[in-house]
Amino acid sequence: MLKLIAILLDGLSYSAWLFLVAVGLTLIYGVMRILNIAHGAFYAIGAYACATALGLYYGAGWSGAGAFLVMGLTAIVTGIVVGLAVERGILRRLYGRDEVLMVLVTYALFLILEDATKMIWGVESYFVYQPYAYFGFIDVGGLPYQVYDLLVVAIAIATGLALWLWLTRARMGRLMIAVVADREISAAMGINVPRIFAITFAIGTVLAALAGVVTAPKIAVAPGIGVEVIILAFAVVVIGGLGSIPGAALGAVIAGFARAVSVHLAPEFELFAIYAVMAIVLAIRPYGLFAAQGERKI
Amino acid sequence: MMTIDFRRDPINILLLAALLIAGFFLPSWLRFLLQMAVAGGLVALGVMIQMRAGLVSFGQGLYYCIGAYAVGMLAVKMNVTELGILIPAAIIVTAVVGGILGLLLSRYRDIFFAMLSLALSMILYGLLVKAAWLGSTDGFNIPAVSYLGHVPAQAVREDWSYILTVVLVLISCFAVARYLASGAGALCDAVAQNELRLEYLGTSARKVVFIVYLVAATISGLGGALAAIAMGHIGPEMTNWTTSGGFVFVALLAGRGSVIAPVLGFFLLELVRTYALDYAPNAWQMILGAVMLAVILLLPEGLWSLVRRRSAK
Amino acid sequence: MKTNTLGAIIAGLATCAAATTASAADGDTIKIGFPVFLSGAAAGPFGQPEKEAAELLIEALNAGTVPAPYATTGIAGKTLEGTFVDEAANAVTEYRNLIERDNVDAVIGYTSSGNCKSVAPLAEDLKTLTVFVDCGTPQIFEEIVTEPTYLFRTGPTGTIDSVGAARYFQDSGVDLSRVAGINQNYAWGQDAWRDFTQSLSALDTGSEIVTEQFPKVYAGQYGAEVSALLTSTPTAVHTSFWGGDLEAFLLQAAPRGLFARSDVLMTCGEALFPRLADQIPEGAIIGARGPYSVFAPENDLSTWFNAAYEEKFGQKPTYPAWKMAQAIFGLKAAWEKAGEDADTDAVAAAFKNLEFETPAGTVKMAIGNGHQAIQGIAYGRYKKDADGNPGVEDVISYSAECVNPPNDMMSAEWIEAGFPNSNCE
Repeated sequence: MLKLIAILLDGLSYSAWLFLVAVGLTLIYGVMRILNIAHGAFYAIGAYACATALGLYYGAGWSGAGAFLVMGLTAIVTGIVVGLAVERGILRRLYGRDEVLMVLVTYALFLILEDATKMIWGVESYFVYQPYAYFGFIDVGGLPYQVYDLLVVAIAIATGLALWLWLTRARMGRLMIAVVADREISAAMGINVPRIFAITFAIGTVLAALAGVVTAPKIAVAPGIGVEVIILAFAVVVIGGLGSIPGAALGAVIAGFARAVSVHLAPEFELFAIYAVMAIVLAIRPYGLFAAQGERKI
Repeated sequence: MMTIDFRRDPINILLLAALLIAGFFLPSWLRFLLQMAVAGGLVALGVMIQMRAGLVSFGQGLYYCIGAYAVGMLAVKMNVTELGILIPAAIIVTAVVGGILGLLLSRYRDIFFAMLSLALSMILYGLLVKAAWLGSTDGFNIPAVSYLGHVPAQAVREDWSYILTVVLVLISCFAVARYLASGAGALCDAVAQNELRLEYLGTSARKVVFIVYLVAATISGLGGALAAIAMGHIGPEMTNWTTSGGFVFVALLAGRGSVIAPVLGFFLLELVRTYALDYAPNAWQMILGAVMLAVILLLPEGLWSLVRRRSAK
Repeated sequence: MKTNTLGAIIAGLATCAAATTASAADGDTIKIGFPVFLSGAAAGPFGQPEKEAAELLIEALNAGTVPAPYATTGIAGKTLEGTFVDEAANAVTEYRNLIERDNVDAVIGYTSSGNCKSVAPLAEDLKTLTVFVDCGTPQIFEEIVTEPTYLFRTGPTGTIDSVGAARYFQDSGVDLSRVAGINQNYAWGQDAWRDFTQSLSALDTGSEIVTEQFPKVYAGQYGAEVSALLTSTPTAVHTSFWGGDLEAFLLQAAPRGLFARSDVLMTCGEALFPRLADQIPEGAIIGARGPYSVFAPENDLSTWFNAAYEEKFGQKPTYPAWKMAQAIFGLKAAWEKAGEDADTDAVAAAFKNLEFETPAGTVKMAIGNGHQAIQGIAYGRYKKDADGNPGVEDVISYSAECVNPPNDMMSAEWIEAGFPNSNCE
């Protein structure tokens, strides 16, 4: 019984984290057809920025719930600044090039940003554990659980819903969907496609930075954290279907629970549980669980 | 898109041969770099020929690793150190695995092919990391090998292994050029351009893809076997996604114009890497990334386009 | 025209080859290559302290400010010069480059066991003095280079961590009825856990293994693993986590009360002291992978090393810095024993079976045919002193002969056989 509660909570909390890590990736791919490896670097930059911002916040003698406001602002500011700089500076020159080439462009960007991060913040770990401890823990049927981890679940659900509503209801979101459906027709109808791209990329970057910000309080912010999330985010997105936001949610839940179940019942399979799920899903449904198969052009 | 005639490619291979023979007289560290690069270059060549069919394998490290582990496990676990057995064994093992996975992967295109090949290579990575009897992430060392019964003295061991690598790489390049010049190879272009039309003409695109996948797997396995013998140590890192990503990068950077382009491209990349490491040990990844970006921005058709542009004049 | 391009490549190669062979080592300096992690997850916990210790020692030795027995300047009167290279790149090619391109006289470094394994045979082939600083695997001299000449390791193997951990658990009266482990899923974590559990059986503790968790190395998220540890109600927990993984594990496990419910032993726990001293629950069992840092003996060298390091870098040295220091001292001791004009072979011969002083006490090159150091190990419970500085209490130290196999035995066999010929006075 205790084990069941543990699997449920762990699965839920890990799924939520995976969703936060993956949602920006799927959004950018969906709209721009760029499989963004630099996503991992944006995640790391978010975490480092959070460490710096909260370091200043606590250093100034403040404490309390204001830290969470700082975290939110950090994610937004970092994401917009870094996202726009990369989009305007480099990606803009390469639109229309081969999809695979764009993967390599973002891989090169990842390498550059990884070293740039190291130059700014050094190689030693940063810690901002105060927000993680702020709410303490609650006892769920005999299992102590950090409230912060449950809060991340709420943040993930809120982020997913907000994004979904915005894409389906708001004008800008619907323009984005139009661009997804057909880039050329959208441009012909007077939609400013480059602008949509810039906004999409900035939002995707904000989401990556948000994942980093949310994770920073529970880890050691150190070199190498970015590279770890890339392949996880890829797996989640591929399972759910590239470019689909409900798909990313489903992929996160499947991968998250696969890991939780294997940790509790068969720890020896934990390492490749996620890749095995990815390969099985691809073998059965090549386009992922949610994405529609593209038409074949003659 | 330009179509490229590979019937004249053997001339380029002769040039590569001349270069590699000259390479024999390089200082030993640089020659070793060249040797490792041309062995890895075979894997990049495997990626390149799949690219001609419009398929990008983000998991070609799978076969690089299988070839190396086939050699390593025979040598260490079964004490077979004869090259005459090791190399054919590595080729057969990778061909069999490539044949089986090829049946599955030949149904896939675009990003899905890339992702599935990535997933498969990462599963092998996970399995190897779990395998304590194979040294897990530490990998294991491979003893000195014999050349048709002859065990070279330690002083000339590296000369022998260099010559072996060069000979086998050149033969592979020649074989691949012949394949690309043949009907099956020429059809790769057609798959990339319009698969449906190809099928209307009565050819099975799956079959074309299956063959190119199998050829790529086999030469990648050979590359892995050669790298294992040269390095004397292997580990699961060979099938990690970062290694595979490097092969894709080389294939794209070098261009698709000649079978020797990826082999040379790999060497250039390794040179940039080692000098960046030497002069800027704290920023070598940044330099590597910047060079990649510069090539992509300035030379859209890859480095080989420099050679082609000049020869077109 | 193609030939011209290819010709240019050949010419380019020839030029860079010529440019690099020109810089031969001259007679008054000893050039040492230091492969340490400069990028990636191991750069902070290992590369940084190792590099800093090397910089400090090069500077202090050249200035002659180190206390006896190392008060003479440089090594054998020659000035030291260091080149650092990133261990995260291909170890074999970069090792060759150091020796054949940069013409270093000796190589001191390596933290990753995988890198040590791949470089070990090459050190013998290229006949270059090579001192491994850390890398835990005992295989180096047991399986890979069984008749070493030029290769040395001045740091003890990972065996002592696991044997010492099992002994400390038993000797300090910890309830060992239900034991759990959480170790990284790669060679280091797997070996540490295997040696630890086998040591428990050798010590006849009758423990039940309630769960063995192997999260991916660098995973960072351990919520599910901590739950699994909590729900399986162990009395004792073993972990060989290091670096960011250890720090993240501590941050995620401590608030949920794992340390209050079980006796948790962290073999690399000492590395947490400079940055996370306030987060470690008192009573947690801490190791430093040898007699380093808080476990070091008090002598002139350790006092000097602690003070000089803290003055230069603003924090106390963690155990990787100690290991780097003793590698450099080992080379100096061997070189000077061999004499000023000694060649590589003479230095290597002098290094064999050497006993030398270090900040961590006397190091004996006792096993691996005189090429592998043995040292003792100590564990203790975390306790802050009155000023809030991190420290340990209830320390139990084990001598080198107690936790290391004898020269003629492989460590795995030795543990399985129940530690024959060990001397634990």
